[in-house]
Amino acid sequence: MVSMDGKREEQTFNEQYQRMVDEIKPKPTLMKNLIWAFFIGGLICTIGQVFQNYFIGLSLTKKEAAAATSAVMIFLGAFFTGLGVYDELGQRAGAGSVVPITGFANSIVAPAMEFKREGYVFGIGAKMFVIAGPVIVYGLITAVVSGFIYWLLR
Amino acid sequence: MNKKRGQQSVVFSIPPILKATAAIAGPMEGEGLLAGYYDQVMEDDLAGYDNWEKCESYMMEQAVTTAVKKSGHFMMDIDFLLAGDLLNQLIATNFAMRSLGRPYLGLYGACSTMAESLMIGAMLLDGGFGNKVVATVSSHHNTAERQYRYPTELGVQRPLVAQWTVTAAGAVVMENGTDGPKVTAATIGKIIDAGIKDPNTMGPAMAPAAVDTIWQHIQDIGREPAYYDMIYTGDLGKVGKELVIRLFREKGIDISRNYEDCGCMIYREDQDIHSGASGCASSAAVLCAYLYPQLAAGKLKKILFVGTGSLHSQTSYQQKESIPCIAHAIAVEV
Repeated sequence: MVSMDGKREEQTFNEQYQRMVDEIKPKPTLMKNLIWAFFIGGLICTIGQVFQNYFIGLSLTKKEAAAATSAVMIFLGAFFTGLGVYDELGQRAGAGSVVPITGFANSIVAPAMEFKREGYVFGIGAKMFVIAGPVIVYGLITAVVSGFIYWLLR
Repeated sequence: MNKKRGQQSVVFSIPPILKATAAIAGPMEGEGLLAGYYDQVMEDDLAGYDNWEKCESYMMEQAVTTAVKKSGHFMMDIDFLLAGDLLNQLIATNFAMRSLGRPYLGLYGACSTMAESLMIGAMLLDGGFGNKVVATVSSHHNTAERQYRYPTELGVQRPLVAQWTVTAAGAVVMENGTDGPKVTAATIGKIIDAGIKDPNTMGPAMAPAAVDTIWQHIQDIGREPAYYDMIYTGDLGKVGKELVIRLFREKGIDISRNYEDCGCMIYREDQDIHSGASGCASSAAVLCAYLYPQLAAGKLKKILFVGTGSLHSQTSYQQKESIPCIAHAIAVEV
């Protein structure tokens, strides 16, 4: 009985304490974050659009131009991760630089750089997809499921 | 004579002295609030090595040799080394100790390790098991980040409550003697888990442990918090510090006038590190670079140094466990 009371007492302390923490904890600067995300995200997409228009101007089809644009944007994401700039950008822009395809490149190149010191096999090879891996796995599953639904409805 | 007091505390019958300290810091710390206080500031976070872990070992080795040199002794005179860091299997420490070649005990108390090693060192000395002991810890922002969180180049947004792991190492040479700041009492903490699960909010997770240990220290030794010129916690940061003050206010004690957190003493506001410093070296750098010279010069006379550690791992938080925390306190008096 005593230990049960003790446990209950602990639980109420923890609940009260959590409320106190939530009260003191600095609130995210929502407006500032939104503005940063909007403009950086928008800037990245605009750069992508410039490349896409350029490729279409080179008389590529729309589909070919989209693939070429993705390749360029992935390269840029990787390149600026390598220069040590992308993490600084992400700290300010948040989802603005995570969501575009450049963020995906960052999520693969960052661990690849980090784990190079553990070798090419168990370092880069094994750790490269620690962040992007789940995205790829669940992305594929989603694609299969939605493809199946599309096939049923067709 | 029994030196145990109350539930969790000890008092030393022949209080050992802190003979010398040394602190080495990374470039960011070198530009922070304690600029000019460190014995050495590295130009970058690799110090010429090919990985961060080696750099961390180098920092610890450098801190120990510098402190021993400042104490006027030789490495061979040191009876025991008590040391630890944040990495799995204490690798930064183990490799530093490989080259130092003295008897060594590895300790893991996460960020509370400086207080833990000083406390055990004082017990060894007062117990008559040796004459000279070195207590040392290190932490490195990048080694900690890659072990506990994400790759350092990943573009994620850190929440405002997050703290920044200090790149630094500190070492203290303790000995039996009379001339210097003395370790008079210590309180060994117990695990306090207030149910916080988010590893980004470590200051708030550790604050109740700090409060518990300080409170127990007061009960066991029979001192008021006002007995100390200053009470320093290790790495609670801005939010944790505020929580400690509030939790004490709930007990009817106002400690806001003689309480500070080491995590708020390392970086400047404009360094954009959010809630303050964390890591083993947070408390160690402040103690070795700043507090010890203040004590030795008599500007501070009585301090309570409270190391605070959150003892979670990446596995434990992925398994949705809350963060078990600990705090150890030592009283240093001139």
